[in-house]
Amino acid sequence: MAILLDRRRFLGGLAVGCSAAASPLMTPVVFASAPWEQRLVVLILRGAMDGLDVVRPVGDPAYRAMRPTLAQGGLPLDGWWELHPALEPLLPLWEAGEMGAVHAVSTPYRDRRSHFDGQDILEAGTGEEGLAGAKDGWLNRMLQAVPGIEAQTAYAIGREELKILVGAAPVSSWSPDARLELSPQARRLLEVLYHDDPLFRAASAEALGIVDELHREGQSGGGELAGHVQLAQFAAARLRGETRIASFSLGGWDTHGDQRRTLARALRTLVETIQALREDLGPVWGHTAVLCMTEFGRTARENGSKGTDHGTGGAMLFAGGALRGGRVVGDWPGLGDGDLYAGRDLMPTRDVRAHAAWVMRGLFGLGRDVLDGAVFPRLDLGSDPGLVL
Amino acid sequence: MPFDPILAAIRFGTGLSPRVAPPGSARAMLERLRGPDEAAAAWPIPTYDSLRPRFEEFLATGRAVNEARKGGGEAPVEVQERLASLRREAHAERSAEFRATLARLACAEDGLRERLVLFWADHFTVRGKSGAWDRYITPYVEEAIRPRVAGRFGDLLFAVTTHPMMLKYLDQDRSVGPGSRGGQARGRGLNENLARELMELHTLGVDAPYRQRDVRQLAELLTGLTVNGVSMAYRPAWAEPGRETVLGRTYSAEADLGTIRAALDDLALHPATAGHIARKLAVHFVADEPDPDLVEAMRRAYGETGGRIGAVVQAMLAHPAAWAPEKRKVRQPIEFLAASLRALGVEGAWLLGRDEGQTDELFQTPLAEMGQAWQQPPGPNGWPEEAEAWITPQGLAARIDWAMTVPERILAELPDPRAFVEAALGPDLPREVSVAAHAAERRDEGVGLVLASAEFQRR
Repeated sequence: MAILLDRRRFLGGLAVGCSAAASPLMTPVVFASAPWEQRLVVLILRGAMDGLDVVRPVGDPAYRAMRPTLAQGGLPLDGWWELHPALEPLLPLWEAGEMGAVHAVSTPYRDRRSHFDGQDILEAGTGEEGLAGAKDGWLNRMLQAVPGIEAQTAYAIGREELKILVGAAPVSSWSPDARLELSPQARRLLEVLYHDDPLFRAASAEALGIVDELHREGQSGGGELAGHVQLAQFAAARLRGETRIASFSLGGWDTHGDQRRTLARALRTLVETIQALREDLGPVWGHTAVLCMTEFGRTARENGSKGTDHGTGGAMLFAGGALRGGRVVGDWPGLGDGDLYAGRDLMPTRDVRAHAAWVMRGLFGLGRDVLDGAVFPRLDLGSDPGLVL
Repeated sequence: MPFDPILAAIRFGTGLSPRVAPPGSARAMLERLRGPDEAAAAWPIPTYDSLRPRFEEFLATGRAVNEARKGGGEAPVEVQERLASLRREAHAERSAEFRATLARLACAEDGLRERLVLFWADHFTVRGKSGAWDRYITPYVEEAIRPRVAGRFGDLLFAVTTHPMMLKYLDQDRSVGPGSRGGQARGRGLNENLARELMELHTLGVDAPYRQRDVRQLAELLTGLTVNGVSMAYRPAWAEPGRETVLGRTYSAEADLGTIRAALDDLALHPATAGHIARKLAVHFVADEPDPDLVEAMRRAYGETGGRIGAVVQAMLAHPAAWAPEKRKVRQPIEFLAASLRALGVEGAWLLGRDEGQTDELFQTPLAEMGQAWQQPPGPNGWPEEAEAWITPQGLAARIDWAMTVPERILAELPDPRAFVEAALGPDLPREVSVAAHAAERRDEGVGLVLASAEFQRR
């Protein structure tokens, strides 16, 4: 039935010369509402966030000695954990139970400690076998498992490609600073020009569809290049409507040197991002989950330049009214000499994908077999950490 | 598949031009590449070395201003003014260097050389970690990379690895042998960043058989190599004592650049490096999934010539798979801008004459919108190669927007789209592009449609 086709296939299949904007079918009414009310935002923190500095295990007897210049000035949570001081603006959220952390987690990626492979694995949601040509990302595979997904159900936001959302399920992608104004004739001719090139045809159809939708909403788009706050605001605007999944990334986490300054800067962008999401989501924040995932942790010990090098285990921050925060979740492996991974890194005690899987199960009711099959192949789901309220 | 001049200009150069004839043969392309660097002479860019005195003054003045502030006061007005003027100057220079780069891409006879410079600058990506260092990326490329784009890979590798821009970018200036005199005295230690990227990105490739132990050993071997002010320095007192073993080969305990040179030469000649570089060149120029036989021919040429890049390029141009008519690569945004300016016949002198504001508005902001902010790749692995990474809805929208709106701001009179389509794509163009060029209602739209077409976006 034509009206159930997703936008990408719909536009791709339009006869040449029929402009999408002129079509009576191209109204928001066409698109069935998403299968759930809950929202999931996945923020990818590129560069490897130092979980040990962001959520500090000051109760561990080895901690302070390992980090002579870094372990100062934390915000006490419960005597055992402290938060990095740059997260102070989010303390009220933490105390309200709308923000928390999972610690000593990692993807299955081990030993090479390459950002790019680490991010590829994180977004592919696979084991290391995913490095050899992962075809899709885990958020996309999750969408593939749900019937009736529309392109606008999920949004990849920003200028870069988000591999986490790449795949067979239709998704939208846009950057809030983009603009595309075409005369009807130029638009028709462009459709002819791209007709035989599937890559160009799909991208232009999607772009035109989004621009039309923004026009209907009275937004023109364009202007200054989007920073993290604009990305968050655009995400929130989509999520207030039909969109249920959004993802974008924040960089600046590769703190090899002068980490007190460099990490504080990265955390400020994260703070502003979460604040913007919360503010702009309004009541929708109450059924939203935000997961902040990074490719791996960093070395347990400070390096020679008041920073940290690439490591293994780390932390995932989470926020949102749909989650049970105000705590640090996880099995603590300890930081003693025998406790570290390869004698240098925080030992991961759980696969970070298990947490993401349980959050999706709690939010969307997905079956266990889908989660440890199609979405995260061969994942050991383990028991429910109870992150979702 | 025979040599095709049109494809040669589009796939291995910076596009067709009404002013510059396409290459006549693969041999002519290679001879030109071995010959004098005419584009560098015509549109000069200063080397890093020539800018060092002012860079040093810039950093020293900045320090003076900061120290005065830390002490609770302000530096003398003339010092603050000097800092502001140095900052303006550096900013203006960076903008001028971008225009010269664009002029070379748009106007050079030897498009292959320009493409190789872009390729190697991306392979050896650097970024500035603070504002001041960001401004010297183009002079680094001019000095360390451009003269060596077709020479021995080992020479290129050494020039880049010992360049202050790379040492700074990959934290080598922070790495001190923990057992060295400097390390002991100051309680400082190793930073593995350069060693890791050297193996993973610059030479062997991530799939090669090396381990964390090799990274660590190479990091120890590299200690002593650092930056002093804005120059490369070797400090024996920072070098980790003893011999290091990397990939099964043990190097001299001598703390000097010679030991580093020996290790880099071995990395350059490693079989994994030959395969990595051959494949990466083929992926960049020919196809995201290149013909294995093409890659093999290039790998062999690398091995047989001790890593001569010119020979690898020659093997690529001699292989039929390199001339497959289907255009499987998408031009990266900088290549798209360059090819557009080239097809429009924009003159180098006009480009050089733009001011900073126009440079931002016409070129640099659009590049960022297309997903390739100038000299700001996402990480040390540089820009993505896959077509899908570039032709996103937002990235394509930015290309279409530029094609439709910017050319008329550049040229006093736009070309007739019916003639322009052939200037941009050659005589054998697909019918639909020709139809679109003829059917456009307006000149700017006709030119825009040609530039926005998939046929022009691909190479």
